[in-house]
Amino acid sequence: MNDIIEGFTQAFQLIVTLNPEVMGITIRSLFISLSATFLASIIAIPLGGLIHFREFGGKKGLITVIQALYALPTVLAGLFVFLLISRSGPFGFLGLMFTPTGMIFGQMVLIIPLMIGMTLIALSGVRKNIQDTIVSLGADEFQSILTIIKEARFAILGGVILGFGRAISEVGAAMIIGGNIRGYTRILTTAIALETSQGNLPLSIALGLILLFIALIVTTILFLVQER
Amino acid sequence: MIELIGVYKNFGEKEVLRNVGMTIRKGEIFTLIGPSGTGKSTILRLINLLDVPTEGEIFFEGIDTSGPEKTRLQLRRRMSMVFQKPAALRGDVFDNIAAPLRFRKVPVEDIRKRVPEALELVGLSGYESRKASTLSGGEMQRVAIARAVVTRPEVLLLDEPTANLDPVSTEKVENLVHTINSRFGTTIILSTHDMDQGQRLAHRIAVVLSRTIGQTGTAHEIFYQPRNRDVAHMVGVENILEGMVKNNEEGLTIIDIEGYDIAATSDCPTGSRVTAYIRPEDLVLSTAEFPGSSLRNRFLGRITKVVAMGPMVKVRIDCGIRLISVITKRSFDELEIEEGGSVHVYFKASAVHVVRID
Repeated sequence: MNDIIEGFTQAFQLIVTLNPEVMGITIRSLFISLSATFLASIIAIPLGGLIHFREFGGKKGLITVIQALYALPTVLAGLFVFLLISRSGPFGFLGLMFTPTGMIFGQMVLIIPLMIGMTLIALSGVRKNIQDTIVSLGADEFQSILTIIKEARFAILGGVILGFGRAISEVGAAMIIGGNIRGYTRILTTAIALETSQGNLPLSIALGLILLFIALIVTTILFLVQER
Repeated sequence: MIELIGVYKNFGEKEVLRNVGMTIRKGEIFTLIGPSGTGKSTILRLINLLDVPTEGEIFFEGIDTSGPEKTRLQLRRRMSMVFQKPAALRGDVFDNIAAPLRFRKVPVEDIRKRVPEALELVGLSGYESRKASTLSGGEMQRVAIARAVVTRPEVLLLDEPTANLDPVSTEKVENLVHTINSRFGTTIILSTHDMDQGQRLAHRIAVVLSRTIGQTGTAHEIFYQPRNRDVAHMVGVENILEGMVKNNEEGLTIIDIEGYDIAATSDCPTGSRVTAYIRPEDLVLSTAEFPGSSLRNRFLGRITKVVAMGPMVKVRIDCGIRLISVITKRSFDELEIEEGGSVHVYFKASAVHVVRID
């Protein structure tokens, strides 16, 4: 019991004194996950739009696969990217293994299906009469997609935030691809895993609190967005 | 301007339109009249190229509309449609009205000029920065009309433009339709379930009945010379009688209906089976013997039912043949008649519209 109280006390000290290691890990975590979320949005939202607006064979099947990938285990995303970028993989020459860029890649693989799925849900939430109105007003296909995405922007933003939440909290892919190198690829989740196993509880608790705080902010923003 | 030939439309298994054909002329106000759910909206959506007919052809100024999407877009940009329940896009009124201009890549300076002009036309000057979600139903309808006319369309499609509006807003919208048609020469196609509105607004009317066009013509043709029983019923011709032509001398036709003779004007030959249509307003009721000579048809009957309909009264009379008369409340009161009493019924031979049954 004392260990726990002691742990929390030291953890608070680490946070309020802006301990360089804690801050470094936090900033790295945010940078990697925000980058992954941003890049994934650029791919997932237009792709979701295309799937929503185009009729093609196997559309239902594709959507089912995308939905199944919401629950893609993070270590599998890690393994998949590992196979691609490890030295012997097809993209091994890029030298992305054990780099933050590689981790961004891994998190993108993880959250793109979720964000495509959320985009699809958001777009099907735009009422048919709005879509008809846009087409009737003389929008070409590209303008229609853009305008309808604009109509659904809050719901889509909800999907983006959800994606960020999954990216920042995952540990499997970051561990496999990043390798948890101190000061380079060590992020909140991988640091907590390591420090806890090494018995460095105050640091773990401090990082855990920060992660919890980020999660809280994400949920709050999501709630506010959905209120709109 | 627009021509539909043998148009069918199915949604899945369900047939919504069957063999619809019509021609809409440049510059006219053309009204589709019919009860709800008969396919009026579907016809407008097909003309606006939002849907594709299952079968049949639609031409826009002679151009086949079944071409590639690029052609359809170009044609669609020459028209505008106002939906029954207009949808507001996100943003304010200005953004909403500017949207179709932005889609057409109209320069910003022109947009700034044309949006206020469109708002002025619909009587909503100064509404630019209002949030679309704060507008009343009538205001939204007029914003939707402004959004539709701001592109100066050649054809304006209006789907039940006044179905959800109060009488004051309805009148404003009707005046607007007239103004747009006369000031800009815009061809207007509108759907309504309101007979009177159709008559007030339209140069020509198409009666839409259960998935197809019952009759197309001027208001006079539709209201006084319905082509068949369904159209007659739709346009409020309450007296529909079937009989046989007994005699026809120079257009004056005597029709035997269940043993009673009715005089009419027609060119149906003796011996042909016919349907006679008489509008209820054309029946004159009187308690006294009426000496007038132009009213060839005279019957004495018993009043079986009286129904008040606002300023009018519907009177059902059994004269051997059953007739329905609609008179004003005032004349009804002056006549001092009641259910069970007897009354004389008169009508002109020319009030009887005769259609031959093939």
